[in-house]
Amino acid sequence: MKEKSSLVRTYILPLGVALIFIALWAALSAIQVFPKSAFPSPLDVVYGFREEIRTGRLWDDLVASLFRVSMGFVLAVVLSVPLGLLLGHAAAARAALLPAVNFFRSLSPLAWIPFAILWFGVGDLPVVFLIFMATFFSLVLAVIAAVANIPSVYFRVAADYGFRGWSLLWNVTLPAIMPQIITALRVTAGVAWLVVVAAEMIAGRDGLGFAIWDARNGLRTDLLVCGMIVIGIIGVLLDRLLVRLTRLPSVRWGYER
Amino acid sequence: MSDKPLSLEHVSHSFGASKVFEDLSLEIERGEFVAIVGPSGCGKTTLLNLLSGYLRPTSGVIRREGATRMVYQSDGLFPWLTVRENIALGLRHLKEGKLSEAQLKDLLELIRLEGFSEHYPHQLSGGMRQRVELARALAGEADVLLMDEPFSSLDYQTRLRMRRMLVRVLTERPRTVVFVTHDIEEAAQLADRILVLSERPAHLISELRVQVERPRDPTHPAVVSTVKTILDELGLRESASELAEVK
Repeated sequence: MKEKSSLVRTYILPLGVALIFIALWAALSAIQVFPKSAFPSPLDVVYGFREEIRTGRLWDDLVASLFRVSMGFVLAVVLSVPLGLLLGHAAAARAALLPAVNFFRSLSPLAWIPFAILWFGVGDLPVVFLIFMATFFSLVLAVIAAVANIPSVYFRVAADYGFRGWSLLWNVTLPAIMPQIITALRVTAGVAWLVVVAAEMIAGRDGLGFAIWDARNGLRTDLLVCGMIVIGIIGVLLDRLLVRLTRLPSVRWGYER
Repeated sequence: MSDKPLSLEHVSHSFGASKVFEDLSLEIERGEFVAIVGPSGCGKTTLLNLLSGYLRPTSGVIRREGATRMVYQSDGLFPWLTVRENIALGLRHLKEGKLSEAQLKDLLELIRLEGFSEHYPHQLSGGMRQRVELARALAGEADVLLMDEPFSSLDYQTRLRMRRMLVRVLTERPRTVVFVTHDIEEAAQLADRILVLSERPAHLISELRVQVERPRDPTHPAVVSTVKTILDELGLRESASELAEVK
């Protein structure tokens, strides 16, 4: 009984909503609330997908976007965690740098687009740069906050059992902040996926952002919707992927208290 | 090795301008169970921190022989490690710092948590977690256990069970114990000797010995009369005349 109701909840209900949504969409395009050139029908989009699959262009765009997001995001994670740990432990460094970190965190990454193009031209580099700027500072702040929240008793116990230096960092500090880091990774990965689309519209020659901008310029609204659908689906999958990290046995404690 | 693993000689300690102890001297015998009671904030935990070497006294001498292990109030286990891994930490300082299967099995049996070695702390109850803490402290074969209100976060009935378990564990694995508690009954039920501290700056108000063998029931006459004496010392006992007025 219970399994059946969970099956209904996870698959049947959302599928029903999707069908209703598509029916509504079809109806709106049939009565032409907007002109046909500005509002493709579901069927147009299906044909659009067929064309995209044949040419393979959407696939190439997807790979290009994922590559840039991975590069920018991994770079941000690799640099932000050590800096956050340092700032979390060193009060003087924190006092010196925290206002700057907060400033850049509050600055919309899109404001960097002109400089990104002036400095790095068009292609992978400016987009990677923008994704980095969009995620690095949030991650630094998240790591600082996580370090500040480590109960002091862990450090007492660590001292009792002889953890010092790198072994303290590796065996105590990092596992203690891991649940909060994973949460921050989920949030910032979402931001990175939003930013890549905007960045590629302006600073890209390919990628999903460029693809929908290009579709708009060519008045191919069917392909534009194809791009939107792929962007949404990949965004959800990206989060699902990161949610898996929260299921690791050694971080479960952080979500079950 | 002397018979006194821990001793304090004329120890004073202050945090900045606030004096915690003034001229405190005491000796703890090997195998003795000493309880320290006193008003909250009187520096009981500071005393443990001095005994463990975590803090250095402002003046005076502390002598320590052999290893000491601290058992914390609660949540001293690392939540990202399993019960087995947490207990294995207890052996970390030893050269042959590996927890053998046999040792782990013995310790889990001792704390009655067989079958929980792969559980994480958040999957256990508060009492079970404190038992794992105790096992971790015992694993390293340290001579002295310093216990900082180890049962204070538990409910009363669990606390009673934990006291019984501690007594049983100590008969199987004798240790010198310094046990800080705000629970006077607990002190009277467990300790060979009870040190009553005053408010800050703390000094010894009195030193009581309980000569009855453990395990002791909380309603044992010796326990009850010790509780009465401590309440008197702390000025917390309702006087007979006040009780009469209530009637």
